[in-house]
Amino acid sequence: MIELVSASRCIQCNICVNVCPTNVFDKVPDAPPTIARQSDCQTCFMCELYCPVDALYVAPQVDPLDSVDEELLKQAELLGSYRRNVGWGRDRTSLAKEDSTHQILKLLK
Amino acid sequence: MSSYHWRSQNSSTIDIDVDPNLQTDVLVIGGGPAGTWAAWSAASSGAEVVLVDKGYCGTSGCAAASGNGVWYVPPNPEAREAAMSSREALGGFLSNRDWMQQVLNQTYANVNLLAEWGYPFPVDEEGKPYRRSLQGPEYMRLMRKQIKRAGVTILDNSPALQLLVDAEGAVAGATGVNRQTGKQWVVRANSVIIATGGCAFLSKALGCNVLTGDGYLMAAEAGAEMSGMEFSNAYGISPAFSSVTKTLFYNWATFTYEDGTPIPGAGSQRGRSIIAQTLLTQPVYAILDRATQDMQAHMRKAQPNFFLPFDRAGIDPFSQRFPVTLRLEGTVRGTGGIRIVDSTCAASVPGLYAAGDAATRELICGGFTGGGSHNAAWAISSGYWAGKSAAEYARNLGEWGKQRPVEAVGEAGLTNGSKHQIKAEEVIQATQAEVFPYDRNYFRNAQGLTESLQRLDNLWKEIRSSQAADSQILQVREAAAMVATARWMYSSALERKESRGMHKHQDYPEMDANQQHYLVSGGLDRVWVRSEGLGIKRELVSVSS
Ligand SMILES: Cc1cc2nc3c(=O)[nH]c(=O)nc-3n(C[C@H](O)[C@H](O)[C@H](O)COP(=O)(O)OP(=O)(O)OC[C@H]3O[C@@H](n4cnc5c(N)ncnc54)[C@H](O)[C@@H]3O)c2cc1C
Ligand code: SF4
Ligand code: SF4
Repeated sequence: MIELVSASRCIQCNICVNVCPTNVFDKVPDAPPTIARQSDCQTCFMCELYCPVDALYVAPQVDPLDSVDEELLKQAELLGSYRRNVGWGRDRTSLAKEDSTHQILKLLK
Repeated sequence: MSSYHWRSQNSSTIDIDVDPNLQTDVLVIGGGPAGTWAAWSAASSGAEVVLVDKGYCGTSGCAAASGNGVWYVPPNPEAREAAMSSREALGGFLSNRDWMQQVLNQTYANVNLLAEWGYPFPVDEEGKPYRRSLQGPEYMRLMRKQIKRAGVTILDNSPALQLLVDAEGAVAGATGVNRQTGKQWVVRANSVIIATGGCAFLSKALGCNVLTGDGYLMAAEAGAEMSGMEFSNAYGISPAFSSVTKTLFYNWATFTYEDGTPIPGAGSQRGRSIIAQTLLTQPVYAILDRATQDMQAHMRKAQPNFFLPFDRAGIDPFSQRFPVTLRLEGTVRGTGGIRIVDSTCAASVPGLYAAGDAATRELICGGFTGGGSHNAAWAISSGYWAGKSAAEYARNLGEWGKQRPVEAVGEAGLTNGSKHQIKAEEVIQATQAEVFPYDRNYFRNAQGLTESLQRLDNLWKEIRSSQAADSQILQVREAAAMVATARWMYSSALERKESRGMHKHQDYPEMDANQQHYLVSGGLDRVWVRSEGLGIKRELVSVSS
């Protein structure tokens, strides 16, 4: 579930508010969006993928956590890791280009 | 004349502030692969198109979050033959060769279009483009861009709640709400395509919580029929703590009991029922210990989101055991949905078309899951055909289509004027209690189905005698759609007194040659089921671009 909107990173573009399929965030004037309906989060990671500055963290658990430690997430390089892995963002190449499903399916036969 | 009130008999009837109030040739409800292909194809046939999505077109629905293997087979007769014959037995011989052929043709053409539009397909070891896999976020971002280019108007965060019909009962648009402004919208249209995906009962399967069967409910309220609802019990494997129901890589897994001993017969594909059986009494663990080093690297590149939960939870799935569960994916990876009456992808009500998971996929998959490639191909082709046909229907209707008097149909949870306010949350949990348990839905028997149906019928009655608070309208409609879906599922399952495809009936464990037919279902206050032969009338005109 969505656990963090990093106040220090967020540039208040509100992209996450628009793209979240289950309407979890609320816009706040002159401030980062809030996680207004955490229990509606479907753990799809899409907001993270669209956030241009890696300010969001979606924990893998489908149930809410007590808390997350932004500093630790940063150190573990987990902020923005999905975006990095699929090659989204400036000066990156989409990983779709390297999709190796064909090799996998060949070995499956 | 026209009325779109949500409150018709209530003293607090409000003529809702209509914003926006749009008119268009074709309205597409749902912006996943099926909806975007439909919108693109209608717009390229010259129609004006509005597309509404409950979430955001581009991120919403199961393809965007997960990604798809695609039934993309080059037009080589042997390869096509193999593609068609490989799953006929699995599907219980309910699939249809003409439809398969058409889907293979259309999917091939349209996936090649994706390449032209700039989808970054990889190349295989011979340097040839490989086009059988689409990474979800990339695919759906491209589809959004493409339909905007084609001139489609998109309303995001705008779930449809009810269809509009004219005096003859032909579908003429829809109404819904914008979740972020709370305002109602109305779109009057000459024809409507339902592409709202399947129903996964809010099971938290990847990308599936927007898929609550809304399209089925709306279509049924306008008089449409369902088909194949007994084949709606697909369950996906995921780590127990996570939403990621991607199952391909479990082909390299060993499934074990808590103490690490392998579970005999358990496996990702055919052994999934043994996993379900075991989960009834104890936890099941998996470890991907059969993937070689090489393979591990390929896997990471093929499905990066498969590894997200593991990386974040600090688990190495290749060397550490982790608990797994089976999440219900219902009709998302099952094959039931709105009945298609001919090759135009029309539903059984004039002006209404269905595409993707919202429509039955029995035509190409029979009774066995279309996940893994068929569903994606069906979304692409049925979307494309529905778009073409809806545009043509709209053209024939002309300008009058948008001026005709219309009325919103569909009243569950909305218009009975009752003071009783229903708690959607409770209805949803009660429905889940009937459809999640493996010993009710995965393994079925007459007694269990009958008991569930009684409780589901009561839930339906409760919804019909209540009215949603304004802030709860979407949730109550979702709850109503889930109850209705479950009732068509279980009524059809009771009627199919055999085991075929995914439908495992414990009282009738064998396949019965006399039941090689479709089960069509429908009805709201009274649910009905009838059988229909496989030779449905069809002119398979190929609708080419
Ligand atoms: C984890 C996972 C992996 C999968 N992998 C594969 C695969 O490898 N190969 C394959 O063939 N298939 C696969 N599938 C299935 C495949 O993703 C679907 O068949 C396909 O996405 C169907 O497309 P669709 O457009 O019909 O539905 P969806 O992609 O689900 O889109 C439905 C859209 O309708 C919208 N909507 C819903 N209700 C309303 C409403 N009331 N008003 C407005 N909009 C609404 C939703 O927001 C959503 O955007 C997978 C499914 C899952 C869950
Ligand atoms: S997308 Fe990222 S930067 Fe933009 S508002 Fe959301 S958290 Fe902030
Ligand atoms: S993970 Fe998905 S559902 Fe959850 S907040 Fe992000 S976009 Fe919304």
